[in-house]
Amino acid sequence: MTSLFTILFDGVAYGMLLFVLACGLAVTLGLMNFVNLAHGAFAMAGGYVCAVLVNQSGWPFFVALPLAFVASALIGAALERALYRHLYTRSHLDQVLFSIGLVFMSVAAVDYIMGSSRIFIKLPSALEGQIDFFGVGIGRYRLMIIVICGLLTLGLQLILARTRFGSRLRAAVDDPRAAIGLGINVPQVFAFTFAFGCGLAGLGGALSAEILGLDPYFPLKFMIYFLIVVTVGGSSSITGPFLASLLLGIGDVAGKYYVPKMGPFVIYTIMIAILIWRPNGLFGRTATR
Amino acid sequence: MTAPSDVGLYAGQHARWHWGEIAFWCLALACALIFPSRFLIMTEIVRLGLFALSLDLILGYAGIVSLGHAAFFGVGAYCAGLLALHGIITEPVVALVAAGLVAMAVGFLTSFLVIRGVDLTRLMVTLGIALLLEALAERYSNITGGTDGLQGIEMAPVLGLFAFDIFGKVGFFYSLAILFVLFLLARRIVHSPFGLSLRAIKNNPLRAAAVGVPVNRRLIAVYTLAAFYAGIAGALFTQTTALASLDVFAFERSADLMLVLVIGGGGYLYGGLIGAVIFKMLQEFFSDITPEYWQFWIGLVLVVIVLVGRARMYRWALFVPNLIIRQFGGGKAIVTIPESDAS
Repeated sequence: MTSLFTILFDGVAYGMLLFVLACGLAVTLGLMNFVNLAHGAFAMAGGYVCAVLVNQSGWPFFVALPLAFVASALIGAALERALYRHLYTRSHLDQVLFSIGLVFMSVAAVDYIMGSSRIFIKLPSALEGQIDFFGVGIGRYRLMIIVICGLLTLGLQLILARTRFGSRLRAAVDDPRAAIGLGINVPQVFAFTFAFGCGLAGLGGALSAEILGLDPYFPLKFMIYFLIVVTVGGSSSITGPFLASLLLGIGDVAGKYYVPKMGPFVIYTIMIAILIWRPNGLFGRTATR
Repeated sequence: MTAPSDVGLYAGQHARWHWGEIAFWCLALACALIFPSRFLIMTEIVRLGLFALSLDLILGYAGIVSLGHAAFFGVGAYCAGLLALHGIITEPVVALVAAGLVAMAVGFLTSFLVIRGVDLTRLMVTLGIALLLEALAERYSNITGGTDGLQGIEMAPVLGLFAFDIFGKVGFFYSLAILFVLFLLARRIVHSPFGLSLRAIKNNPLRAAAVGVPVNRRLIAVYTLAAFYAGIAGALFTQTTALASLDVFAFERSADLMLVLVIGGGGYLYGGLIGAVIFKMLQEFFSDITPEYWQFWIGLVLVVIVLVGRARMYRWALFVPNLIIRQFGGGKAIVTIPESDAS
């Protein structure tokens, strides 16, 4: 029983992390119907910013985390204004090629600047070790991830459901043309959301260095995971991707624990099966109109 | 003249052999004589060209965006490797066809998954299939050799006459011959009514279905065919390099392949071959400058191509040939922009 709880707990932590990493992508796909395979590159950028600040400049971990968010968001905003916005009306093939190009560039650039080996972020001692919770060992770091990501998810849900910006965003996702007609500045909403999504990815990247491992190949390795979250979860709400990430996280951890020899086989099979069963995702429609 | 015969005439004109095409193949053969010391890289180009031809069939003609075409390449590569390693079929040409057929079977089975859904789902499913096969190959490392790959493959002489040499001379001519034969087949297919119906599907699946084209069956057929081609390309890879490792399934291989086709332009068969030549030259050039980071420049090329716009790029590239033809031929330009993939 203990191991079952531990797997569940690790799976939830992993899933929450994936959600924070991928929810920006869900919006990109949902709002602009843009296939952005380079989303992982922003996560990697955040992770490396955090690593440099903590390891080399000696900043506290909890100060570096928000900075990872800000750095990735700024990079995202700059790239959106400079490059991405020219491609919204292009075909999916063009978007795929463009973002693969970006991934290749980011991989080689980070390899060049930081070296190709895996990087670890020095954690404060308060986050190391485990807490004993009714006989179940709970990793402090994972607990922190669940707390942070849970709060973020709640915050996102509140922003989407309660604020004016949230209603603009939902309107733009549902029908961009009608939203423009109603006087909503869709490109602006999109630019802001894109930057915010990149920032979240950066934060996720910084948090995931400990669990997923951070090296220059991060964007390629986890691209499929982000895409699974989005395609399986759909993009009509954030609950879809959230449930999909939890499912993926628990499935992956459990798969690795119970059938370690099958490796990532379990996840890919489940994904293909779900996409065959419901091509538009488990929860509502996807971005593709 | 009635409309159907008009269409027939037009299609017939397009299907006719053009002097440029004959020149292209003569040039390919001449390369062997001009650069006798560079057989290995030329074999690589031919192999990549064949692989790109396979992607062209589904992307350029049928409009299926695939991010996992390396799946079939890998299946072909491992099949050829295993056949040779265990001495089941030692004759390379027969083994090649056998490997192609196995890849074809995999392609047929997975085509049902791929034709469902729209672009994004297709991207995911094709990518997923390639990753799945890679995971399988890693899992059954007792058969595939895992990360070390298949080792100690020894190829028998082609047709029992020509043994593979270390300079890759036989390998090159063998690959070129295979490419030429398969190219003829592809050329025949895309100019047939079947090929024309594929274009109709690519331009507008709904309309194609309305005029009576069985969309799904056609897509399954061409996907299966493309898998056969990719399998042959993979088998050629194993036979000419005498190795097969896990990276035959790698995502980078599929992504590079897209770049090859984009450089050359899809939808007129030569795009893959021209793209392969340019891609390999670029790769050589960038590896000379920065051996470890050539991927950065390849990525930059991709980004620039997309930002400039593919149609515009081809217009620039074809400006000089068109000018020459206009000067000397007097007529209107014969070399035209390949059908852009804008969908």
